[in-house]
Amino acid sequence: MSDAPLLALEDVSKRFVRRLDAAEKIVNLLGGNRREEVVHAVDSVSLGIREGEVVGLVGESGCGKSTLGRVVAGVHAPSAGKVLWRGRDVATMSGAERRDATLKIQMIFQDPMSSLNPRMRVRDIVGEAPRVHGLVSGEEVSDYVDAMLLRVGLDPAIKSRYPHQFSGGQRQRIGIARALAVRPDFLVCDESIAALDVSIQAQVLNLFMDLREDLGLTYLFISHDLGVVEHLADRVVIMYLGRVVESAPAAELFADPNHPYARALLDEVPRIDTRKRIFQPVKGEIPSPLTPPTGCHFHPRCPHAKPRCSAEAPALREIAPGRLSACHMNDG
Amino acid sequence: MTSLDPASRADPVPAVPKAAETPLRRFVSDYCDSRLAVGAALLLAVIVLVALLAPWIAPQDPYDLAVVSIFDARQPPGAQSMDGYTFWLGTDGAGRDLLSAIIYGLRISLSVGVASGVIAIIVGMTVGLLAAYAGGRTENLIMRVVDIQLSLPAVLIALILLAILGKGIDKIIIALVIAQWAYYARTVRASALVERRREYVEAAACLGLSHARIVFRHILPNCVAPLIVVGTVQTAHAIALEATLSFLGVGLPQTEPSLGLLISNGFEYMLSGKYWIAVFPGVALLITIVSINMVGDQLRDVLNPRLQK
Amino acid sequence: MIRETVLEVSDLKTHFFTKAGVAKAVDGVSFSLGRGEVLGLVGESGSGKTVTGFSLMGLVDPPGRIVSGSIRLGGEELVGRPEEAWRTLRGRRIAMIFQDPMMTLNPVLRIDTQMIEAIRAHEDISREAARERAREALARVGIPSPDERLAAYPHQFSGGMRQRVAIAIALLNEPEVIVADEPTTALDVTIQAQILYEVQKLCADTGLAMIWITHDLAVVGGLADRVAVMYAGRIVEQGPVDAVLDAPFHPYTHGLIGSVPSHNRRGHRLTQIPGMAPSLLHLPPGCSFAARCPRADAACNEMPALTELSPGRGARCHHPHLAETATGGAA
Ligand SMILES: Nc1ncnc2c1ncn2[C@@H]1O[C@H](COP(=O)(O)OP(=O)(O)OP(=O)(O)O)[C@@H](O)[C@H]1O
Ligand SMILES: Nc1ncnc2c1ncn2[C@@H]1O[C@H](COP(=O)(O)OP(=O)(O)OP(=O)(O)O)[C@@H](O)[C@H]1O
Ligand code: SF4
Ligand code: SF4
Ligand SMILES: [Mg+2]
Ligand SMILES: [Mg+2]
Repeated sequence: MSDAPLLALEDVSKRFVRRLDAAEKIVNLLGGNRREEVVHAVDSVSLGIREGEVVGLVGESGCGKSTLGRVVAGVHAPSAGKVLWRGRDVATMSGAERRDATLKIQMIFQDPMSSLNPRMRVRDIVGEAPRVHGLVSGEEVSDYVDAMLLRVGLDPAIKSRYPHQFSGGQRQRIGIARALAVRPDFLVCDESIAALDVSIQAQVLNLFMDLREDLGLTYLFISHDLGVVEHLADRVVIMYLGRVVESAPAAELFADPNHPYARALLDEVPRIDTRKRIFQPVKGEIPSPLTPPTGCHFHPRCPHAKPRCSAEAPALREIAPGRLSACHMNDG
Repeated sequence: MTSLDPASRADPVPAVPKAAETPLRRFVSDYCDSRLAVGAALLLAVIVLVALLAPWIAPQDPYDLAVVSIFDARQPPGAQSMDGYTFWLGTDGAGRDLLSAIIYGLRISLSVGVASGVIAIIVGMTVGLLAAYAGGRTENLIMRVVDIQLSLPAVLIALILLAILGKGIDKIIIALVIAQWAYYARTVRASALVERRREYVEAAACLGLSHARIVFRHILPNCVAPLIVVGTVQTAHAIALEATLSFLGVGLPQTEPSLGLLISNGFEYMLSGKYWIAVFPGVALLITIVSINMVGDQLRDVLNPRLQK
Repeated sequence: MIRETVLEVSDLKTHFFTKAGVAKAVDGVSFSLGRGEVLGLVGESGSGKTVTGFSLMGLVDPPGRIVSGSIRLGGEELVGRPEEAWRTLRGRRIAMIFQDPMMTLNPVLRIDTQMIEAIRAHEDISREAARERAREALARVGIPSPDERLAAYPHQFSGGMRQRVAIAIALLNEPEVIVADEPTTALDVTIQAQILYEVQKLCADTGLAMIWITHDLAVVGGLADRVAVMYAGRIVEQGPVDAVLDAPFHPYTHGLIGSVPSHNRRGHRLTQIPGMAPSLLHLPPGCSFAARCPRADAACNEMPALTELSPGRGARCHHPHLAETATGGAA
């Protein structure tokens, strides 16, 4: 196996533009000053994920985690930058090659209800894509679906039922079976256990770990639950307002976070072992992604902010082998 | 791969609450919650059956000039004909048995309503789906046309069209379709926009399914519920609209009298006390429209996801 | 530490009479709450936490109703009171905070209008005095420049700010008890920490008693004095936070704490509770956890009672995990 990453992002950005509607254009004609709103949901992110690796992606709401996950999974095309799958630019692929790359990266969603089509039976939800793409022949589909359901711990006897007849955990398993049915190499899990009960979360996490071991899957695991990420991930990437602020092997990051935001985040996550602690929150609100602060996005909330921080955005630099951080303090 | 059998590692398979419950079965049981609505549905079924079976049920063929005699004109309800059978609802100005004329008129009213409804649904649905899925300029253009259309009264649109097209059952269906497709387009677009944002659509994109498949196999089936609701109510509107047009004399030709035309024809006799010629077709029209609307109301309650437990 | 009891709930039963059968959402819940105390109420989704909170507020709507039991607020019985009586209590002596702050806030009214009205509904004071009190409440929950913020509309606040405004409204009439139903679940960790910080301070400073409903054991660990664990409509274990989290008695609590990742070795399978919670419509006759319980045996076909196993700690189980607590336990 080569050292080249299975999946690489090179300076990937994703912007969402809300265009002016007719009424606002008229307002502008009359001397108004309405502008298009641009959200830099993902702002030149570079990231490499090696085969078999589990990368945890954490950050606050709206920082662009889901958007990044969707760009990786091919649901959104990046506004700038390249997505490389096994070293090949996905945008320049065509036909069968592109389809294969699409199928190799699958996504597991957050909401176990809305991620399954309520009008389809389980056997169609799981069996549709392999049948359409000819991965299995018509008469084998039924057995294939059974195998996938068994694989995720569901009884194949339930395959003629509809999603509403299942509990949240079971629905999540159906979603996983649907993804596995196209034989992916890479799973993007976007808050895939956040909507589940604690006792069910453990079941689904175990399933992810079993699949990793048995099928050699690679994961981009998006979560706001640092406990889960710490348990599962080999490497953790922390985002703040569209940018990666720190990336490090999980053990090192949790032992000694470098970026001030990473430190604040780790401090504030309630943990079951710390009782009756005095919460010492970071001050301030999460800024709006429509008008991010200048320079380092974190400077209005950062306890170490210097004049330079509001003027100049810090670059993401290697601070130790395999560890990246974007903070001026590292320049000494 | 490890040597472990995956199935043995998998968690115990949890039981599933109930036996397979199809959405259809659930829908039927929810619908039957209201006795009134069940009654309305039964009534509607009878009305439709009567309309379908008109040639076999109606005591007389009101279009058969050999049977209709002008000497029987304007007989009150219960009168005997020259050939000795009873006109239960009386006769109209041309001597036709009113009961038979109503049954045949119902047939025409219903077929005009349903035919225009079905065509308008197909047109509106396609346009609405296209708008929602394409977005951008296409969507803007389509929706502005819909807005303009919806801001004009349907009667007005139909009147203008009929003035241009002339009389005839096909013409009135065209007019009704044009007057109504916009409602369906708006309904479908609204629900398609919601559905398009759901994660299962993203999942379908990840699975490499084609756009056509995503639109027609995944999004469309989830937009059907509001369409059915709007469809029932709009069909009732279409029937009323057709009656209005016929009443105004721009709808159907005299040879194919719908309920509206029967009312219109009977109207001139109202003042002379021969109420039945206009009133009985009016009652038939009223019952039909009310029963459709009641079914539509219950459908809305049952199919509304927000009210679902 | 003996605290003056403000709220005493005993054998509360709230059932929902639905088409499909009777859902015993709350079935014999008892607990008490002292001044300045935070009680964490945890449990799986559908275990009856919210319904318990609604019952305390007299907000249970048909087809549900309080079937039996008693709720005593400051020694006064609330169950069986007419709606009028609840209304004068609600917001004044007992208030609720919801997961979605927009349940409390009216989107079309300014914050000050809403707050002044909330005060004057219960008290006959001037608008100026009410406004001053509203300003203080906003400042107390850590909203910067409360004077300007009073004139804002709810949509001009971020999610975390809105939740703070909802808390401020709950505080307006200085209630004895606040029921908080997952108020930080939808918020980010840094914002959640800010709110937990304010709440902690409030309870310590003012003697406010709080029921904090959540499914996050870690939040309970950080915030609460005592914890009650609900399963299928019943409290299966309760006691001081440290004792319960360190050495749970009940197999469900045991499994729940065991399945938290930080209690497991990194990268290894988590200990998990198999299966899922039973439907409230078809509860087994005995212990409702039996189908998922590793310790279940024939005795468990009979419903266990909530028994005091060590001072101030109880569990509802025939075979509690006692060995691990031998040092502190009474057994
Ligand atoms: N389709 C879209 N159109 C416009 N803006 C969008 C779209 N999707 C996301 N955004 C914006 O991009 C930003 C990042 O959103 P994203 O969903 O990626 O955040 P996130 O980190 O996943 O947050 P959360 O934890 O809440 O899921 C947000 O400000 C959001 O409003
Ligand atoms: N209006 C209602 N009609 C019928 N049953 C209801 C109603 N409201 C609640 N229930 C039942 O009461 C049970 C408990 O619900 P409750 O909302 O208290 O759960 P919860 O513990 O708050 O869960 P969550 O963590 O999901 O908020 C549910 O299983 C539900 O079936
Ligand atoms: S660059 Fe400056 S503001 Fe940003 S995190 Fe580092 S010290 Fe804080
Ligand atoms: S009573 Fe029995 S089944 Fe219930 S929790 Fe205790 S040991 Fe398990
Ligand atoms: Mg997200
Ligand atoms: Mg709840």
